Amino acid sequence: MTTAISINSLTKKYGMKTVVDNISFSIKEGELFGLLGVNGAGKTTLIKMLSGLTKPTTGDATLLGKSVTQSPEQVRQVIAVSPQETAIASNLTVRENLELMAGIQGFNKEEGKRKADEMIAQFSLQPYENQRGKTLSGGWQRKLSIAIALISEPRILFLDEPTLGLDILGRRELWAQIEKLKEKTTIILTTHYLEEAEALSDRICIMKNGQMKALGSAKELIETSNKTSFEDAFVYFVTEGDVQ
Amino acid sequence: MRILLFANRTTKEIVRDPMAILFGLGFPIVLLLLLSAINKSIPVDLFNITELTPGIAVFGLSFMALFAAQVVSKDRESSFLTRLFTTPMTSKDFIIGYSLPLLLMSVVQGIICYIVAIILGLSISTSMFMAIALLVPPAFIFVSLGLICGTLLSEKAATGLSGALLTNLAAWLSGIWFDLDLVGGLFKNIAYVLPFVHAVDMGKAAMSGQYSDIFPHLWWVLGYAVVLTVLAIVLFKKKMKAD
Ligand SMILES: Nc1ncnc2c1ncn2[C@@H]1O[C@H](COP(=O)(O)OP(=O)(O)OP(=O)(O)O)[C@@H](O)[C@H]1O
Ligand SMILES: [Mg+2]
Repeated sequence: MTTAISINSLTKKYGMKTVVDNISFSIKEGELFGLLGVNGAGKTTLIKMLSGLTKPTTGDATLLGKSVTQSPEQVRQVIAVSPQETAIASNLTVRENLELMAGIQGFNKEEGKRKADEMIAQFSLQPYENQRGKTLSGGWQRKLSIAIALISEPRILFLDEPTLGLDILGRRELWAQIEKLKEKTTIILTTHYLEEAEALSDRICIMKNGQMKALGSAKELIETSNKTSFEDAFVYFVTEGDVQ
Repeated sequence: MRILLFANRTTKEIVRDPMAILFGLGFPIVLLLLLSAINKSIPVDLFNITELTPGIAVFGLSFMALFAAQVVSKDRESSFLTRLFTTPMTSKDFIIGYSLPLLLMSVVQGIICYIVAIILGLSISTSMFMAIALLVPPAFIFVSLGLICGTLLSEKAATGLSGALLTNLAAWLSGIWFDLDLVGGLFKNIAYVLPFVHAVDMGKAAMSGQYSDIFPHLWWVLGYAVVLTVLAIVLFKKKMKAD
């Protein structure tokens, strides 16, 4: 299997504070990679560096062979990001939001329409199709925000806490879609729901204070930590555990 | 393609805000009606419709700065812009996509302003088209100022600055409400260092048919327009590369 993302000693400092500390690992194509860690661990910052939003202080990463520091424009052609914050155009309708992003990602009008139809169906957005973004409830805005990321059929997809604020139906819907996207899309997922990470991820990285504390499948992490559940393993790594 | 898509979106974002339409179009028209009504009872040269219209048209442009500041700062604060930074959108797509609709709206606003003036008794002439065309360079000034505010400041500060400060600057330092010669001194000097009064003066010159009087005002306005447009582009590009 080929490598989708290769991270080499990525470090981000804000002033004196190191928020991502010399992280290196790689993610295979088609892998669903869970990025875990307590609040402030550096997950979002890592995703921002990988998606070209923030420049690394040192180190580099390549996405499908393209460096985020050398050729960010090319990286942007193959990725999509669903940010931690809900990010939609507030005065556009649900459909317009979706078609806008499809157009920006290079689909023509017809394709954009078809893709928007698909997303509206997949996320059960039909009742809100012609409602403006700002008038949707928080959870529905969230769904739209995720749908906007999926519409471009990216080869690499970043989902930063996608299920935040979703009800159980919305979460299940999203899990089903993530399962479907697997194989043809490389997905990097952050979440604070451990059962979600455990169920969906092929491999998981646990971060703490910007450093990588553990890397492996959920099962491997449970074994390494000598615990019986993934939650206990997680707590072990973010409180006392060390790498390996 | 991306530019047009984004321009279309900018337009929708602005015109779907009823307050925008109300102020942007309504306010200048109300002023035009009000001042020409005053002029009917107490005739003042300055409020003569031929003199008044170019001034009001320029004043109306200051709302374009407000709209530009509002749409950009809102996109920044809602992280919608950050999200777009992860797509293939280029700085050109953004800058033209934001400013083109506003420049077009400026012209439309100018045309409406002159149509209202015609209804109020302004005679139709070819110099009117010249005056409307001359709204384009100052439109660049206002739109760029709006983009700069929106790029650098929070929504509150950006709309406050371009809404309150800029509209007032454009109003007071442009010789629309009173003859700057009457005040004279430092006030007048400051006014003539800024582009607003030049924009109004060249509109008045165009309306009078004395096209040579458009200069040197046009140079002042073009100078500001070029500098501010470049500055807006540079600052926005810098924002895209932030951190
Ligand atoms: N622009 C910035 N300037 C200064 N510090 C920052 C900046 N962005 C992030 N940080 C700091 O970096 C650290 C990591 O933040 P980050 O958002 O990556 O955490 P996270 O793992 O995503 O947390 P959460 O689970 O709460 O989303 C935090 O301490 C945060 O305060
Ligand atoms: Mg985060």
